[in-house]
Amino acid sequence: MSVAIQTRELGKSYTLGVKGAGYGTLREAIVEKTQRPFRREGRKKKSDRDTLWALKDLSLTIRSGEVVGLIGHNGAGKSTLLKILSRITEPSTGYADVTGRVGSLLEVGTGFHPELTGRENIFLNGAILGMRRAEIRTRFDEIVEFAEMERFLDTPVKRYSSGMSVRLAFAVAAHLEPEILLVDEVLAVGDASFQRKSLGKMNEVAKEGRTVVFVSHNLAIIQALCSRGILLERGEVQADAPIVEAIDSYLRTLERAASDDLLERTDRDSRAYDETLVRRLEIQDASGGHPNVVVAGRPATIAVDVTEPLPTMECQLTIVNSLGQPVCTFDSEMNAPVDVRESEPGTRLECHVESLPLLPGRYRIDVIVKAKRHIQDGLQAAALFDVEPGTVGDRPMAAEAEGDVVLPHSWRLPA
Amino acid sequence: MVSTMETLAPEERNPVTPAPGSETLRLEPTRGFSRVLAPRELWRYRDLAGQIALRDITVRYRQTALGGAWAVLQPIGFMVVFSLIFGNVAGLSSNGLPYPLFSLAALVPWTFFSTALLLGSDSLVSNSALVSKIYFPRIFMPAGVIVAGFVDLAISFVILMIIVFAWGFVPSVAILTVPLLVAIAAAAALGTTAALSAINVRYRDVRYVVPFAIQMWLFVTPVVYPSSQIDEPWRTLSAINPMVGVVEGFRWATLGTGNAPWDLIGISAVAAVAFLLAGLAYFDRTERAFADFV
Repeated sequence: MSVAIQTRELGKSYTLGVKGAGYGTLREAIVEKTQRPFRREGRKKKSDRDTLWALKDLSLTIRSGEVVGLIGHNGAGKSTLLKILSRITEPSTGYADVTGRVGSLLEVGTGFHPELTGRENIFLNGAILGMRRAEIRTRFDEIVEFAEMERFLDTPVKRYSSGMSVRLAFAVAAHLEPEILLVDEVLAVGDASFQRKSLGKMNEVAKEGRTVVFVSHNLAIIQALCSRGILLERGEVQADAPIVEAIDSYLRTLERAASDDLLERTDRDSRAYDETLVRRLEIQDASGGHPNVVVAGRPATIAVDVTEPLPTMECQLTIVNSLGQPVCTFDSEMNAPVDVRESEPGTRLECHVESLPLLPGRYRIDVIVKAKRHIQDGLQAAALFDVEPGTVGDRPMAAEAEGDVVLPHSWRLPA
Repeated sequence: MVSTMETLAPEERNPVTPAPGSETLRLEPTRGFSRVLAPRELWRYRDLAGQIALRDITVRYRQTALGGAWAVLQPIGFMVVFSLIFGNVAGLSSNGLPYPLFSLAALVPWTFFSTALLLGSDSLVSNSALVSKIYFPRIFMPAGVIVAGFVDLAISFVILMIIVFAWGFVPSVAILTVPLLVAIAAAAALGTTAALSAINVRYRDVRYVVPFAIQMWLFVTPVVYPSSQIDEPWRTLSAINPMVGVVEGFRWATLGTGNAPWDLIGISAVAAVAFLLAGLAYFDRTERAFADFV
């Protein structure tokens, strides 16, 4: 079998700048340049400290037809690797040999221009995804049919509903036929039916025998589509194994991360402003038992401790099952009369749940803290917790129940 | 857990091997010059280049209420204002030509140049979604803006010629030099915008500097005054500003009067090529890091 992608000691380093902004101003650069000769510390020392290796010594071989899932925390280097393979950015060390045409399935709608019509956008988007003009022309009818929107072809995309533009964008992407397909988190968007449709298409692509490199936080999708899993951690390969084993290793690293001091975590939300950081997150059953162990159907409180008491903080908590699929979200910005806003600034945010109707198993909590209209901090798997069997609405739960939740309900049955 | 997903049997797949002849691309750190001046690379992405230029043209005319009228309104508006202020009030020389014609013949290429600078210098930043998500030769972004500018230029050139004839002037064969003059302006514009757009990726100050710089540039270019007002050797030397040769050349070519300013055109052509090469060289050296900053 021939080799599609081969990397040798591939590395990518970034110079750390001002947090949250890759670019500076000319004034800063001039000040920096003119001051440097007068600084006592050598330049070498400074560059060592300010360099972040997003990828380090990565040597991988991916054969033609393999469907590989890249997994790992935020900042583990998954997206950096895809960016290098798709030529968006250059590696700093080593090399990657790529054989065959590369296509990227992008965030749906990247490159759509709202002023252009559907027809014009099909050509523009096709070219952006790497299709030849002639190729788009021969597939044009197919694309339009797939998107089910003949009538709106000459309407500017800005008048489309979001569902329509997603359909059109996906239709174009679905007709891309590269030998190597790079997919970054695209299936996370759209409604359920769209996700099913795109998943079906991905399934098809995988079956056709294309080489696919797939990045997603949704481990269930990765497990279903990929045969091989590569776990990256801090830019290095932590595990390269059949997908199920790789996912197991990943779940174990999550567990380790959640038990560490949260302030030591480096895989924080890249959009965050960092004026306050999540120090601790804990879920506690009302009975006051062990933290991070709750009994299904009983009241529970999730407490978030942050470092700085910023004014009017908001918090978003997402409970995620062991396969990386979100189960539910608690968002303080969607406020209700029962919410309490303290009069004093503080560092503790609490979310109280009257009944936690989760099926027994292991879940994690992702947290985002906002203040001053910005994300201040975000952590995935800030805590892991176990749900013990209990009763919901006085009803015991079945041992082999499907899904993640059990809802209080009642029956009316014939005698 | 998600029952729709359990349909795949990864073993039953026939790998799609790369088509015979598909080459292996080595992605590695590069130094020096690599992309902009690589014709094969540009040719490979020609379809995308065409689509981007087409997008820039379409959007420019569709997004604005007046559409194509802008191409005409801007030079005509400046012509009226300049004629009142510099022609009547200040009484600047126009080499004996009617001041409105004198200024309009210069404003047509000048507007092309200044618009290219203004929009082109921001082109990488305003397309950051594309730059950070897909690969293509980045030079297409500033180049697309300039190509789109040709449409404006063509419209305003037609208007200029209508006014020239209406005023009773008949262009001589000198009008055949217009494509050459446009080429000089385009080369200077591409070199300058390439450099500015690349700097803009790193330092967003460029956005504030450019409008200011364009105004200064207008006054060191003989748009409101004739270059004959400048003493030698400064008159000849001033042609290292490529727009000097373009503007004076345009007057001579479209109004069919005066002597051919070949000295200015020659120097400006050389200067424009230098601008182009320097701008592209800077662009090329910084291009590889765009996605890390934008």
